[in-house]
Amino acid sequence: MLTLVIPVAFALVAAAVALNFWRLLQGPSSPDRILALDTLYVNTIALLVLLGIHLGTSLYFEAALLIALMGFVGTVALCKYLLRGDIIE
Amino acid sequence: MSSWMELILSFLILTGAIFTFIGSLGLARLRDFYTRLHGPTKATTLGVGSLLVASSIYFSNQGQGISLHEILITLFLFITAPVSAHLLAKAALHQKLPRTKETRGNTDEGA
Repeated sequence: MLTLVIPVAFALVAAAVALNFWRLLQGPSSPDRILALDTLYVNTIALLVLLGIHLGTSLYFEAALLIALMGFVGTVALCKYLLRGDIIE
Repeated sequence: MSSWMELILSFLILTGAIFTFIGSLGLARLRDFYTRLHGPTKATTLGVGSLLVASSIYFSNQGQGISLHEILITLFLFITAPVSAHLLAKAALHQKLPRTKETRGNTDEGA
C-alpha cells in the first residue's frame, strides 16, 4: 500500500510547490512573495521527508533540520527589513 | 512491517500530502493577503507535521530504536510558524496592504 501512496503524495506536494512558485512570481506585494518563500521551504521539508521514506534512508533529516532553521531565520530577516528598513539595528 | 502499521502510515502520509496541497491552494487562490496568510500557516504546518509523524513511525519500525529526529523538526516548525505569521501580518499592516470588503476585523488599529 505504501508503494501506491508515496507517488500520490509526491505528486500532491509537487503541485503545492508549483502553486507556491506561481504566487512567488505573481504576488502583487512583497509580503506575498515572502509568504510564498516561507511556504516553499516548509514544502521542501515535506519533499525531503517523503524522499527519506521512499528510499528507506534516514540521511536526509539533518538537511531538513538545517532548511527549517535557515528558512525561519530568512523569513524573520525579510520581515524585519520590511518593518524597520534594517535587519540589525 | 505488519499490514495495519502500513495502513496507519499510508493514512498519515496521504493526510499530510493533502493538507500541504490545500495550504498552497489557499495561498494561490485566496483574494487578499490577510486571508492568504491562513492557508500556509495552518494547513501546511499540519500537513508537514503529519508527514513527519509518519516518517517517525516508519523509521521506529526499522529495528534501530525509536527515531526522534522528526519530533525535533516538528517541534521547531510548530514553534516558528506562528512567529513568522505574526511578523508577516505586522509587515503587511505596516505597508497598509489593500483588503477586500469581505475581510473583516479592524486592521487599521494595529501596526
